[in-house]
Amino acid sequence: MITGDKKGTGNKPSTPVGQDKTTASQKYKTALKLALAPRIREFRFSFHLMSRSVTSIAGMVLFAILVVVAAFPWLFAAPGPGFDPFVIPQDFDRPVPEPPGSSGFLLGSGQNGVDIYYGIIWGARISMAFAIQVVGFSVLIGTVVGLVAGYKGGAIDELMMRITDIFLSIPGLILVMAIAAVLGRDLSSTKLALLAVWWSGYTRLVRGQVLSTKENTYIDAARASGSRELKIMFRHVLPNSWAPVLVQGTMDMGTVVLVMAGLSYLGLGAPHGYAEWGVMVQEGQAFFVPGYWWMTVFPGMAILVFVMAFNLIGDGLRDVFDPKMRR
Amino acid sequence: MSILTFSITRAAGEPWTAYLPNPERATPQQIADIKEKYHLNDPLPEQYIYWLKGVSEGDLGWSSTASMPVTKALATKFTATFELALLATFFSVIIGIFVGTISAVRANSAIDQGSRLISLVGVSIPVFWLGLLLLMLFYRELGWLPGPTGRYDVIRFHAENLNPHTGFLTIDTLLNGKFAFFWDVVRHLLMPAMTLAFTSTAIIIRMMRSSMLEVLGAEYVKTARSKGLPERVVINRHARRNALIPTTTVVGLSFGGLLGGAVLTETLFNWNGLGQWSGAAATNLDTAAVMGFTLLTAIIYVLANLVVDVIYAYLDPRVRLG
Repeated sequence: MITGDKKGTGNKPSTPVGQDKTTASQKYKTALKLALAPRIREFRFSFHLMSRSVTSIAGMVLFAILVVVAAFPWLFAAPGPGFDPFVIPQDFDRPVPEPPGSSGFLLGSGQNGVDIYYGIIWGARISMAFAIQVVGFSVLIGTVVGLVAGYKGGAIDELMMRITDIFLSIPGLILVMAIAAVLGRDLSSTKLALLAVWWSGYTRLVRGQVLSTKENTYIDAARASGSRELKIMFRHVLPNSWAPVLVQGTMDMGTVVLVMAGLSYLGLGAPHGYAEWGVMVQEGQAFFVPGYWWMTVFPGMAILVFVMAFNLIGDGLRDVFDPKMRR
Repeated sequence: MSILTFSITRAAGEPWTAYLPNPERATPQQIADIKEKYHLNDPLPEQYIYWLKGVSEGDLGWSSTASMPVTKALATKFTATFELALLATFFSVIIGIFVGTISAVRANSAIDQGSRLISLVGVSIPVFWLGLLLLMLFYRELGWLPGPTGRYDVIRFHAENLNPHTGFLTIDTLLNGKFAFFWDVVRHLLMPAMTLAFTSTAIIIRMMRSSMLEVLGAEYVKTARSKGLPERVVINRHARRNALIPTTTVVGLSFGGLLGGAVLTETLFNWNGLGQWSGAAATNLDTAAVMGFTLLTAIIYVLANLVVDVIYAYLDPRVRLG
């Protein structure tokens, strides 16, 4: 509480004089504005820096398109009524793959009239949801564990780092495959398997950052002024350690989808007939010799675009957060 | 680490299956024998000691996916993967260092933008898709290279009756004086190697470019230029040599990673190496194989780091071995 009061008084001198007539709620609003002003300015400045680089803009445009497609896939490809929208509808009257531009098949069709365009659109939703869940939970677990381990140190740190060591010691893909195979061959077990492996990377990252952040004098100051440990950890240490996690998380959104597609390709992810890009490439693989290239080329391109969007944004963010580039 | 691999063998399925060629047809007597031989009836800590002893003597159990003992499978499949990884690393080092250097020397030029785009695509592309695209181009359209049939043409392999000296097909064919077969093996190597090389080239270009940019701003490069040395000498002798130091780490790690086997690429090209095998083993819960493979990767990483350290000492006179 004391620190909170101090902050309030510290801000007062900068407020314009002659505010005594304003009501309490207005006062609160001005205070909030003043408190948020530097944050907003910072955010605007970051955005400005991002928008100066052509590649970042390209990334953001691709990202915006992907988000719209993933959020409202039915606007682009309507699913048949009563069917699972994630299973690509089939047209058994047209069993032979047809090239792009055939009536009803914008990007061509696969075996038994599987619409490639439909798969690409709904695949965006599957990929986006998958990546958000895996990266989101990994960041959450990794941040909390890494923060506690790095800040508290001692036995907790030792224990947690040994656990992450174990996960890092086995080749990642093999471990994911083994876990996914044990859990069953579908997308949700792949998700769990990836999550089980992915969080340890963030734990290491956050811990390393926290170790250097906690040595700063402002942390000592916060402690000297009587802040509780939890408050120091989440108000002071975390915000100052989090930039690399944001960059890594953005890049990992792409990487996770890359791995998911690879696992689906190997038969450990989405089942056959699903609107998942990796499985679509796998289904088309047998058909490249007769020349049905569209069955593999388009889904693979979708993966490439998805991963590239997040890599571009991640690169941009890294530059923005780099103090050397900043001013 | 060893405790972890041990727990995997004990946690997944019946442990005795890891020591028998065909567990489905095993008689109760055989099972009892195996359990007796590998002390599987003892308490777990004792089992662990016996297991460690077995591993140190080279007994890693039986791999059901490879239908042979794990140690033997590791040895045969390692040679296949090694050839592939070596060629891929060779490609990526040559191209990566060359392009990375130019990209940094002519920063922000068209060449630089192009190389940055390539390296971006390289880290974003799904390898199995890249491999398929190459197959479509070089196998289906142009017909220059063979399809995804593994390391060699099977008919030729059985006709040639090769005398295996080393297990490395490129060396064996040469030692046997079968040059046509050698050419066949090389042609089979090219496409998977290109596929693997693309990603690592992208990483090497990035690393080379950024460390080269850093070095080019250093004082000693300015000194070299102000001495009036030709630009070529400054770049090649002063800048590049120093920029190579951080790049070496990346190369070493990526080579180590490739040696561990590239599951997707090897599966696509039907390459009978560590990647394809470990992938199949993990999918089919062939625990003995996964365990042996994990052990091997750990050893490879340690060795790769050692080699990197030795190269460091060669490149950087400030680092001394010993």
